Amino acid sequence: MAVLLALCSIGLMFKSAELRIGWVPDRGPGSGAWPFWLSAGMLLCCLATIWRWFRGVTPESRNLEPYMPRETAMIVGISAGSIVFLLVITHLLGIYVALFLFLLFYLKFIGHHGWPLTISMMIGVPIFVFCLFEWALKIPLPKSITEPMFYPIYDLMYGV
Amino acid sequence: MEEILLHLAGGLTEAMQPLNFMMIVIGCALGLLIGAMPGLGSVNGVAILLPITFLVPPTSAIIFLAAIYYGAMYGGAISSITLGIPGASTAVATVFDGRPLAQAGQADRALTAAAVASFVGGTISVVLFTLFAPPLAAFALKFGPQEEFALMVLAFATFIGLGGDDIPKTVFSILIGLVLAAVGLDIISGQPRLIFGDIDGFLHGINFLVLAIGIYGIGEMLWTLETTQGEVVVHKVQVSVDRMKANFKDIKNYIMTTSLGSVLGYFVGTLPAAGATPASLMSYGLAKTFSKNPDSFGKGNVAGVAAPEAANNAASTGSMLPMITLGIPGSPTTAILLGGMIIWGLRPGPLLFSENPEFVWGLIGSLYIANFMTLVINLAFIPLFVKILTLPFTILAPIIYILCVVGGYAPTQTMHDVWLMLLFGVVGYLLRKLNYPVAPAVLAIVLGPLAERSLRQSLLASHGDMSVFVTRPISAVCIIIALLLVCYPMIQKFTRKGSRAVAAGQG
Amino acid sequence: MTNVLSKIKRTAIPAVVAAATSLGVSAPAMAEWSPKKPIELIIMAGAGGGADQIARLLQGLIEKKKLSPRPVIPINKPGGSGAEALRYIQDKEGDDHTILVTLNSFYTTPVIQQGIGVDVSNFTPIGRMAIDNFLLWVNSGRDDITDLDSYVAAVKAAGTGWKVGGTGTGQEDSILTAMMEKEFGYDVTYIPFPGGGTVAKNLVGNHVDSTVNNPAEQNEFFRAGETKPLVQFTAERLPAYPDVPTANELGVNMEYYMQRSINGPPGMSKEAQDWYINLFKTLFDSEEWQTFCTDDGLACDQWLAGDDLGAYHTQQIALHKELIESVGATAITGE
Repeated sequence: MAVLLALCSIGLMFKSAELRIGWVPDRGPGSGAWPFWLSAGMLLCCLATIWRWFRGVTPESRNLEPYMPRETAMIVGISAGSIVFLLVITHLLGIYVALFLFLLFYLKFIGHHGWPLTISMMIGVPIFVFCLFEWALKIPLPKSITEPMFYPIYDLMYGV
Repeated sequence: MEEILLHLAGGLTEAMQPLNFMMIVIGCALGLLIGAMPGLGSVNGVAILLPITFLVPPTSAIIFLAAIYYGAMYGGAISSITLGIPGASTAVATVFDGRPLAQAGQADRALTAAAVASFVGGTISVVLFTLFAPPLAAFALKFGPQEEFALMVLAFATFIGLGGDDIPKTVFSILIGLVLAAVGLDIISGQPRLIFGDIDGFLHGINFLVLAIGIYGIGEMLWTLETTQGEVVVHKVQVSVDRMKANFKDIKNYIMTTSLGSVLGYFVGTLPAAGATPASLMSYGLAKTFSKNPDSFGKGNVAGVAAPEAANNAASTGSMLPMITLGIPGSPTTAILLGGMIIWGLRPGPLLFSENPEFVWGLIGSLYIANFMTLVINLAFIPLFVKILTLPFTILAPIIYILCVVGGYAPTQTMHDVWLMLLFGVVGYLLRKLNYPVAPAVLAIVLGPLAERSLRQSLLASHGDMSVFVTRPISAVCIIIALLLVCYPMIQKFTRKGSRAVAAGQG
Repeated sequence: MTNVLSKIKRTAIPAVVAAATSLGVSAPAMAEWSPKKPIELIIMAGAGGGADQIARLLQGLIEKKKLSPRPVIPINKPGGSGAEALRYIQDKEGDDHTILVTLNSFYTTPVIQQGIGVDVSNFTPIGRMAIDNFLLWVNSGRDDITDLDSYVAAVKAAGTGWKVGGTGTGQEDSILTAMMEKEFGYDVTYIPFPGGGTVAKNLVGNHVDSTVNNPAEQNEFFRAGETKPLVQFTAERLPAYPDVPTANELGVNMEYYMQRSINGPPGMSKEAQDWYINLFKTLFDSEEWQTFCTDDGLACDQWLAGDDLGAYHTQQIALHKELIESVGATAITGE
């Protein structure tokens, strides 16, 4: 992991170097200096971590258990995957459809809850989110192609 | 003095008028709700409700908005404690100890501490506000970029010891937070910086909330999943009168920390540009450094909840001072309040106190009452908030995920930030497995932009001469205190070496 | 320069066609179109600034007067000196429910940050709400500076030790500062701060030596006797500052204004554009708006809408290009 982060640090250093990283006379550091030297510091920290790992100073380096057992990877992967699914559907069909499907998936197939609870949450949560954000707080959430379906709701909310 | 009391009495009467009092109660309740939603903070509440205030007189309007501001400050603690997600940047330090307390079944204790500390913080700062507004306004003017940078150094110094024992990993965490904070537009040269793949979303920089919600919301849930292997965990909390009494007896354990945090928070809040977030973080850091038992912080110490909560409420009052006397917002929320005042035809500035005394004193009076009302409302609802924790994990988890997604979207209204939040959540979780502390990164992303900007402004002004930080009296004092703070734990380590060796032997 | 001309030509043709078809259509068309969902009012600056205040005031007035059947929702997109907002509007091509409230970074950002690939002359002009003015300010404690001549002398004596506070490179005041450097042949150190209010405070606290501020940002300090204006960059003296000479009067040809206008994305439908023009005209004429303008030192006597505003934008874009070229983009970014 530290090796990966070291690579990221080098990447960041190059990215920062697009701007002036040196000391501009009379003006102090250039605009790229701050992130450049910080990334350089990150690289040093990673090198230190790798070195410590070789020497076996940290408890992690002496740990013989696998980094992530299979069951853990499964559970975490499904959870993270379900959020990715939620976001992809939000892009395609808007957040309300996405919330509906996400709750169906999570409550029914992961939580094994009964249908009455699942269905009431599937309907209740999007309605709650809509009322709170769109109506009370006036923050429009992404609706993608389902946008026109909301016109009648707006008619109801604000009058025609 | 007599004059001040007379004005204050007038202000209190003004605030107690039926319309104004109603505004306070509704404002506090709304603020609590908005503050408790992850991603939404007082900024959103105030901004959204600003237009509504065109329908009432200016004094009632500012009272309403100030009440929302106060309520939201309290509300932020609720989600920090019950859900483990900071409701707003000001409440991030509350997570450090609030979350472990909730997991240990003591959510009610943490919530009570947060409410009481907020009340104390708010009250102490309003009293300070009442008594010392003009001299402090003059002091705030002395704060230039050099002093701001010295203050940031001081803030960083208070975090020494917040990370774990693995120094390279802690430093790495701080640095990555600072680098992420540098994404966006460079304020000095106006050039875009670290815009990965030319994606528009990076132009506004990486919002602090994106990182905080990612790490504490998504990352924490994944972590919980791993530790429990998806087993249903129910945090049993019974609420009874006896427990309430015990919670109040608890107050004496953190009243000192709270009072110190309040005074600190107020002073930091009055400085333009600082605001409540650095104040709460500094207060937490100091509470830990000077605690008799610093190792218990981060594992569920009530003082660790009280310190930041006292400071953030005190700072929110403090930030009203530069707004009223100088017309400069001390925080994003006061920036919108300021806009509101201008829209109502009031001109904040050095003359507002003398030209519109009934407005200023009405506001001050309402702060006293709003503070008390939020305490009452908050204490009354603690049993309800605690109930949230008794939900089965498979119901709570999707709700938290949804709150994270919607909360990540709301501040900037771009899907880009939501994806970024998910990424930070997963990466944060993976790093945490390897014992990388995540809190320093979150702190660094808040303070990074302030530190870089003030450093470069100072160096521009001094033509690259670093000595300005020690030749100016206020900044020199800040830097000396910072140095002392850095040295303090080391001195302590030496004196405690014996006892630590014993502890290590047992561990 | 040829590039600009070709761009103007390209946009001019559809504009003429649109203008021709719009003759006599506007009144009935207005009745036909009305918003079907909440309207996004994009602010190309952060919360609390001048553009933000205007957006929120307009939103409040629309709500108070019930002028729109759907709410107007202000959204801040301050990223990249407005680049993020401009890209957002550009990508909303043909959208009738998104509008933008501008400041002058509407003109300068696409020129300074060529990479963003936004051409604001394609945007749909709706209405110009106000024009803001600029003055040169110093701390009242500077007894040695009483007018422009003594100011220039003081700056020249201080050299780059002279610190000018501003709201950021590429912003209006940095352009004016660069214009003055060129005119008077001196070189100052420009220090950016977040927001005009902070700039004003740093002048009062003597952390900078002079600033270029709007009347609204400095007026309270001026009334309290903390700061004093030396010269105004306007055609005529502002009513609020009858004793302060304009640059033109002193024989220095320097005028600069900031417009506050409302614009839609490229390709907004004609019906929607007319609806918005009508809406903002009503707001412009309202008593509340005119009072706000007077209090804030804004000039709100001339309403410009639709193609007239488009023509004004074209002229301003050319002007800003010329300005930035003449002072050099590096003089503005400082590196």
